[in-house]
Amino acid sequence: MPRPGFVLDVDRSTPPTLFWHGEGYRLEQLPPGSRVIYPPEPLAGLPDPDAAIRHALRNPLGDSAPLPDLLRPGMRLTICFDDVSLPLPPMKGPDVRQRVIEAVLDVAAEKGVDDVQLVAALALHRRMTDDELRHALGDRVFDAFAPNGLLTQHDAEDPDNLTFLGQTEQGEDVEINKRAATSDLIVYVNINLVAMDGGHKSVATGLSSYRSLRHHHNVRTMQHSRSFMDQHRSELHSSNWRMGKLIAASGVKVFQIETTLNNRTFPDQFSFLSKREWEWSAKDRALFAASSKALDRTPTRLSRQILHGIRSPYDLTSVQAGEVEAVHAQTTEHVYRQQLVEVSGQTDVLTMGLPYICPYNVNSVMNPILVMCLGLGYFFNLYRGKPLVREGGAVIMSHPTPWEFHPVHHPSYIDFFDEVLADTTDPLEIEKTYEERYATDPWYVHLYRTTNAYHGVHPFYMWYWGAHAMQHLGAVIIVGGDPKAVRRLGFKPASTLRDALEMAEDVVGRDPSITHVHTPPLLLADVR
Amino acid sequence: MIREGLAGKRVLVTGATGFLGTALVERLLRCVPDLHVTVLVRSGRRTAAAERTRREILRNDCFDRLRAEVGPEAFDALIRDRLHTVAGDVGQDGLGLDDDGRRALGEADIVIHSAATVSFDAALDAAVEVNLLGPSRVAEALEQTGNTKAHLVAVSTAYVAGTRRGPAHERPLTETPFSPVKDIDWRTEVDAARRSRQDADTESRRPERLSSFTKQARHELGAASTPLIADRAERLRTEWVADQLVEQGRARAQSLGWPDAYAYTKALGEKALFETTARTGQPTAVVRPSIIESALAEPRPGWIRGFRMAEPVIISYGRGLLKEFPGIPEGVVDVIPVDLVVAAIIAVAATREEGVFQVASGARNPLRYRGLVDLVREWFTANPLYDGEGQPIVVPEWSFPGRGRVQRQLERATKTLAAAEKVLTSLPVRGRRAQLSGRLEERRTQADRALGYVRLYGAYTETEAVFQVDRLIGLWSRMDAADQAAFGFDPALVGWRDYVHDIHLPSIVVHARVRTAAGRKQGPTREERGRKAILDPKRHLAVFDLENTLIASNVVESYAWLATRHLPTADRARFVARTLREAPALLALDRRDRGDFLRHFYRRYEGAPAARLHDDAWDLFAGLILTKSFPAGIRRVREHRARGHRTLLITGALDFVIAPLEPLFDDVVAAHLTTDSNGRLTGELQEAPPTGEARAIVMQDYADAHGLDLEQAVAYADSASDLPMLEAVGHPVAVNPEAKLATIARKRGWHVEQWDKSPGGPRPLLPIGARAR
Repeated sequence: MPRPGFVLDVDRSTPPTLFWHGEGYRLEQLPPGSRVIYPPEPLAGLPDPDAAIRHALRNPLGDSAPLPDLLRPGMRLTICFDDVSLPLPPMKGPDVRQRVIEAVLDVAAEKGVDDVQLVAALALHRRMTDDELRHALGDRVFDAFAPNGLLTQHDAEDPDNLTFLGQTEQGEDVEINKRAATSDLIVYVNINLVAMDGGHKSVATGLSSYRSLRHHHNVRTMQHSRSFMDQHRSELHSSNWRMGKLIAASGVKVFQIETTLNNRTFPDQFSFLSKREWEWSAKDRALFAASSKALDRTPTRLSRQILHGIRSPYDLTSVQAGEVEAVHAQTTEHVYRQQLVEVSGQTDVLTMGLPYICPYNVNSVMNPILVMCLGLGYFFNLYRGKPLVREGGAVIMSHPTPWEFHPVHHPSYIDFFDEVLADTTDPLEIEKTYEERYATDPWYVHLYRTTNAYHGVHPFYMWYWGAHAMQHLGAVIIVGGDPKAVRRLGFKPASTLRDALEMAEDVVGRDPSITHVHTPPLLLADVR
Repeated sequence: MIREGLAGKRVLVTGATGFLGTALVERLLRCVPDLHVTVLVRSGRRTAAAERTRREILRNDCFDRLRAEVGPEAFDALIRDRLHTVAGDVGQDGLGLDDDGRRALGEADIVIHSAATVSFDAALDAAVEVNLLGPSRVAEALEQTGNTKAHLVAVSTAYVAGTRRGPAHERPLTETPFSPVKDIDWRTEVDAARRSRQDADTESRRPERLSSFTKQARHELGAASTPLIADRAERLRTEWVADQLVEQGRARAQSLGWPDAYAYTKALGEKALFETTARTGQPTAVVRPSIIESALAEPRPGWIRGFRMAEPVIISYGRGLLKEFPGIPEGVVDVIPVDLVVAAIIAVAATREEGVFQVASGARNPLRYRGLVDLVREWFTANPLYDGEGQPIVVPEWSFPGRGRVQRQLERATKTLAAAEKVLTSLPVRGRRAQLSGRLEERRTQADRALGYVRLYGAYTETEAVFQVDRLIGLWSRMDAADQAAFGFDPALVGWRDYVHDIHLPSIVVHARVRTAAGRKQGPTREERGRKAILDPKRHLAVFDLENTLIASNVVESYAWLATRHLPTADRARFVARTLREAPALLALDRRDRGDFLRHFYRRYEGAPAARLHDDAWDLFAGLILTKSFPAGIRRVREHRARGHRTLLITGALDFVIAPLEPLFDDVVAAHLTTDSNGRLTGELQEAPPTGEARAIVMQDYADAHGLDLEQAVAYADSASDLPMLEAVGHPVAVNPEAKLATIARKRGWHVEQWDKSPGGPRPLLPIGARAR
């Protein structure tokens, strides 16, 4: 029986706490009286995942017929799936998408469905490489579909491949992938890594265009999503739900398949990363010492390669299929079961160690904008109820924050950093002055459509993701970052955690309460 | 006495656009009422004589005082009424006068000849034409117009005395003991000088010489195109001829006992003048000033025109560049303010004095070399110049070494620096490292300049002749008090400490536009200003080179990437090894001639399936080209487009390789390979690749077709072989320049950009294409 999450009160006998620091990690001594929040231990995986998937397809939730009954010869079937941003790190093969899609294809074959296409639900993310697609889908599916042009990636800038479905009662445009919109059935295959994922967001966001996305990917929505990990208090989700209802009302049928994973994030040789430090064995300590020394001495480029090579030994903990809302309600419960940790009371100072990866730099570089987004967009928002840190409090993040960008994946980020952030860091100002130009820039559109580039507007969304935190916080300090890059972000650089804590005191007052979130593996703080 | 003597007179002045001439014309117009001045001005290549008078004489701040005193309208009226211009040239027999000019000369009561080539390093033949023949030509022209009554006052120099010790008297040189002039026939000197121009020219056209000019041009410009090399080689040839003549001038002068060609030609000019006027009976005076410096009081204290002899030396000293300057500490530096010289000339003219007058300070009011150096150091210590960081510069202490030692030191430094520069420019470095060669070059230029000063002026600081002024003082004593007050020319009037500290140095420091205030410069930096000019809305065309300007890659890498993409793993390694082995030979070919290199290299595409390459090019784009791109460069292209400028890419890369880049530009000019009937590439180019001067032609054609003006165009390129393209536009930009281009860009003040690859990009060791599956 795995143990639940745990809040440790640091005292003099507490060993130093592990902080991720980009392509490496450090041990930091937190002051006595600090709290450290540990995620629950990994739940047990389903004993026979394939059987569970087959079972879910035939026993749908909510107002939906079993999948075999929805399929008939001559129909148009489109299977959509989450892209490379999920899960993190990428999972050890076979990927859960491969298992589900193979099962769906088996049923489709049984039922004599010929017109089947696969669409990667990219939204405005970068196109996946062939290797990444092959990893997500498996050789068999890839080789059967890709060479015939039946495996495509959603292109949000191809006017010929988008269908406008109408406006919600709030005037939000709904525009999605044409192949999906004109299919008799969409089967959406999801991986629900965090509570934000899935539900109506899968189709309404994953298959939509800038025209549609801008209604919920904006500063106002993000400032009114408290947090966007809590779908009932998230304006982001309200908007997606309105859109989802309109998609259903337009006659687009969606058969949603959602899966949850446990948090067995790191393979054996890195297992100490998921453990509580005072329980480290001699072997764990040796592995820590050896690996952190080795990573420190390796050039960043190489350690980045090593870490991006990690494949997580996740287990499937649940699979739900059927009508979107009914499916998602159960999925969310499974996510909570794995991630929720009860925490009493907010803190003055929240510390976090940021790892080498976030949803937007798989096989790439974590640039400064993504550092901000991971810290203030994701980690800050991993709460239910109240934010972990009080209003006017401080967040201290540990990350090297190098002034580095992947020229192919993040071209508009480079210009956003050099041009937009040099001018202002205020999300509203940025949205007003610059968003339109970047979103419609023909060169970024060209790169998004023909190479592996994120859309021109994507860095803006990253910045909006942090808008709630920026509004809420009194100070943001980055430990060990490139000072120039950190200042460009509008934050304060500190060379050590001790310095950062001193700097935070200037903002939050003397003897502040300090809380450290020990992630990854991910947790969701239920703040009472 | 002076005003009365000149009332109602007509004065003709030559050399009025010069330092002394401008001051003379101003003084005559301002201080002598009811006098008409005619200036003889050479028509410029583009500007008529009258226009030159307006621009080069009247617009000088010398006239500010007169303009302020009478008001702008009255000033214009005064000029219309009393100042006349005739076109002419003292370098020609008969002075090149037209009828108007001849009439003006015929009517002149006084002719003041102050036209000269004052440069100490003038070419021998030019100095001979103007300095030697000029004065006697004026006398002959007067004779031809029948005006033998006019009083001719010729300005010479005290240094005609030659390099000698002891007193130099105010007598014609022919009457001076030990003067080198005596036994020299000036006509022979004229013929020899004219011949030496021809001889040097003939010598410069010998095959060995010509090939060495071409070799040097190629070294300077690298793999530039033939017309460009030819152009540069021809310029080197004419410079060589000029240098020869300068050298001959100096050598001939020194062989006869003068410090330089200036003094030598002036001395023979006096001799020729006196010979001529002895024949024609023209009343003639010669005024010999020493080193003329800024004004003591008129038209205002410190007024100076142009950069003269001592100024560059003093400024170099103030900037800490000149660490040593030779000279005899107790020797006399004979300096005389310009307004004293002007007053002396006017006094001589008004009194119709004949014979020689010297205007010099050495005998009556000497300034010792050590005294001058002390005054200068005191002043710069109290009023330092500032370096680029805004820190005051400490001036060095001079030890008064001998000329030989300083010269040897400087020669050694120049040689070492030149050698280092040569090594560096032949290394394949670019970007910031190439800037090092720019700094080296700067240092060498400084050393070169210092050496030039020492060679040129060293003799003057070592002069031990003392110029006597007895006749001048005689004239001074005959003047009444009013004249003495209005036209002071007694050298004893100058207080050296006040003159150096309060008048001369403050004036030349302003003149030299050096930094005289602490702290960093305010306002936009040079770089920001350059960038602003480039992106100005007035620009309308931006032309880009590709390799090393927008991407850090080349045709060989693209080829290797595409070629390995479909090879089995073992062959890939072998292929890369083979290409690496060929690299030096390819590099050498590329350096020699870019066009030949491309033609030769593209043969390798022979037989490649065109359709597959077109598809693969998209993977090449993401896999290699974007990875190695300069994001700041790509942003710059888009900035130009956002401002409505047309953008054009000109590259020797193949069309299909750069197809994915096309949306970035309005238009693209690239190389095309022909395809055979089976859809395979032939490896042959459809037309000559756009390299070298072809680029300039392509740009011109493009500009014509779109109604654009290349003056308003911006061009970005990285290497000296792109010079035709850069030179063709009004706003060239050197991007990550290699050493040769960096040097050229610095010399010509071109904007330089340092663009880097994105530091987060993948860095494959070898350009191997991702395996196609």
